[in-house]
Amino acid sequence: MKKILRDKRAIILFVLPALLVYVIFAIYPVIMSGYYSFLEWNGAGEAKWIGLDNYKSLFFENTDGFTDALLNSFVLAFLSVFVQLTLSLILALAICHPRVKKQEKFYRTVYFLPAIVSTVIIAELWKKIYHPSYGLLNGFLSQIGLGSWQREWLGDPKTALIAVFVPIIWQYIGNHMLMMYSAIKGVPGELLEAAYIDGASYLQTCFRVIIPLIKDMLIVCVTFAIVGSLKVFDLVYVMTNGGPLHATEVPGTLMYSSIFMKNQYGYGSAIAVFIVLECVIFTFASRWVMYRMFGDDSNRQDVRRRGRKSK
Amino acid sequence: MKKMQKQKRHVPPAFLLMTILLMAVALVQVFPFYWMLTFSLKSNADIYGGNIAGLPTTLHFENYVKALTTGKIGVYLKNSILITLSTIVVVALLACMASYALLRMEWKFQKVTFALFLVGYMIPMHATLLPLMKLLGKMGLLNSRLALIFPYIAFGLPFAIYILSGFMNAIPRELEEAACIDGCNIFQIFFRIVMPLLKPAISTIVIFTFLSAWNELMLAMTFINDASKKTLTYGIMSFEGQYAVDWGTVGAGLSIATIPVLIFYLIFAEAFQKGIVAGAVKG
Repeated sequence: MKKILRDKRAIILFVLPALLVYVIFAIYPVIMSGYYSFLEWNGAGEAKWIGLDNYKSLFFENTDGFTDALLNSFVLAFLSVFVQLTLSLILALAICHPRVKKQEKFYRTVYFLPAIVSTVIIAELWKKIYHPSYGLLNGFLSQIGLGSWQREWLGDPKTALIAVFVPIIWQYIGNHMLMMYSAIKGVPGELLEAAYIDGASYLQTCFRVIIPLIKDMLIVCVTFAIVGSLKVFDLVYVMTNGGPLHATEVPGTLMYSSIFMKNQYGYGSAIAVFIVLECVIFTFASRWVMYRMFGDDSNRQDVRRRGRKSK
Repeated sequence: MKKMQKQKRHVPPAFLLMTILLMAVALVQVFPFYWMLTFSLKSNADIYGGNIAGLPTTLHFENYVKALTTGKIGVYLKNSILITLSTIVVVALLACMASYALLRMEWKFQKVTFALFLVGYMIPMHATLLPLMKLLGKMGLLNSRLALIFPYIAFGLPFAIYILSGFMNAIPRELEEAACIDGCNIFQIFFRIVMPLLKPAISTIVIFTFLSAWNELMLAMTFINDASKKTLTYGIMSFEGQYAVDWGTVGAGLSIATIPVLIFYLIFAEAFQKGIVAGAVKG
């Protein structure tokens, strides 16, 4: 058996195809992006090594509003964590209520539905919803007598940002709900029963038993929501492409336009590298902060260990 | 006793309220799609006449015909299916083979190689856009389906290998040893014994890879120019630009792009949901 498992020829045959494709089409390009980010290059002519100048102009010269774009992505991260995840948690807890058992599957399936539809379709559909004259939103407003609230949601720089963020949040509520739901289902039944016998209401059980026990999953969700917001592109690109008047610009759209509209290859690559670094840093930082804030006290760890075992 | 009665009296209104809330959210999640279906069957006259949210007065199925033929949605659909399907098959096969060698076989750099694969999950595809374009240009692959298939495979592998590693470790070694004693060679062991045991992991991989390849936009719109090779995501975008004022046709196009996925989802809802959760828990 040992001999068979050390068969060099078989190992090469098994690993090499995957490794080749992966290194050529994922690892090599990322490294090259890092290299490009130190260049001043319009793609066709001579490339000039300019060190960290691209990164400097990202933050200090701010000619194309990069810091505003960054701020917009932070707004989205904030909304995702505090609005989207709160809603997801409420829904997940609600459909785990013992009385909802029968309809549970229905709710799960329906809430998750927008998440499987491609972002481009969601974006096109919401463009229609926001349509100034025949859109669902303005139509609805005039129906309920709020005609004065009607506006060009995507055309007005004041409302465009929030109008773009609403569908992003809407689309992935079900995604986070599902993650939390699966964690709640992992909470050992004895604990819920014990809480019930002790006379706790479902609301109390949620706050005292379930939420502390699914803390790990909540942290995963927060990390996902933040990182997803920082690298958002598709939906913003399709709905507004950063407009009107750069009101909805995010780092992803700025990167795309720097490279393909303005031929600033080096500068665009610096944005790309920045997005990668930012995502890595936020992944670790958000976990570290959250574990610090809601650090494990020994009692709960006990409970969790018991919970794990019975899983 | 008193307490029980109190509870009995109290819970139903709260539960009713909760049901109303849950149903309201369900409506918000589904209504846009329902609306899309209704306007996909309307004529412009119907919509411009003020019938925004109502049912169509007459059903205009010709919108669908127009979207599929002159709108080319049929072509885009075919391209998306071809590209996604090849990506899924190759990712599943390569990932199974690689993770078997990485986790079960014994060689020098297996730990490092495994780590290298996992790093890929942290890399957003955006960050590779420009170098990939240059690379594919040099290889003469731009504007072909392979220009999308290769990167999709490369970015599908890390997740797939991660998922498989968990399953691979759970397979008892005795099975392979027994097969070995029975005279199987390494390929027979892998294809006859190991692969079939990985089925649940593969179904997760299939769903995850499907969603990411099917929905990918940035590479698809950068590497493909030819209308005959566009995928659905990019195709829908140009389609919408072309027919912007023709609501019925746009609606039909969007519906055609949505319905197949929706049907799959409703049939395999459990598998879809499990796949997503598995992909997340990894994080």
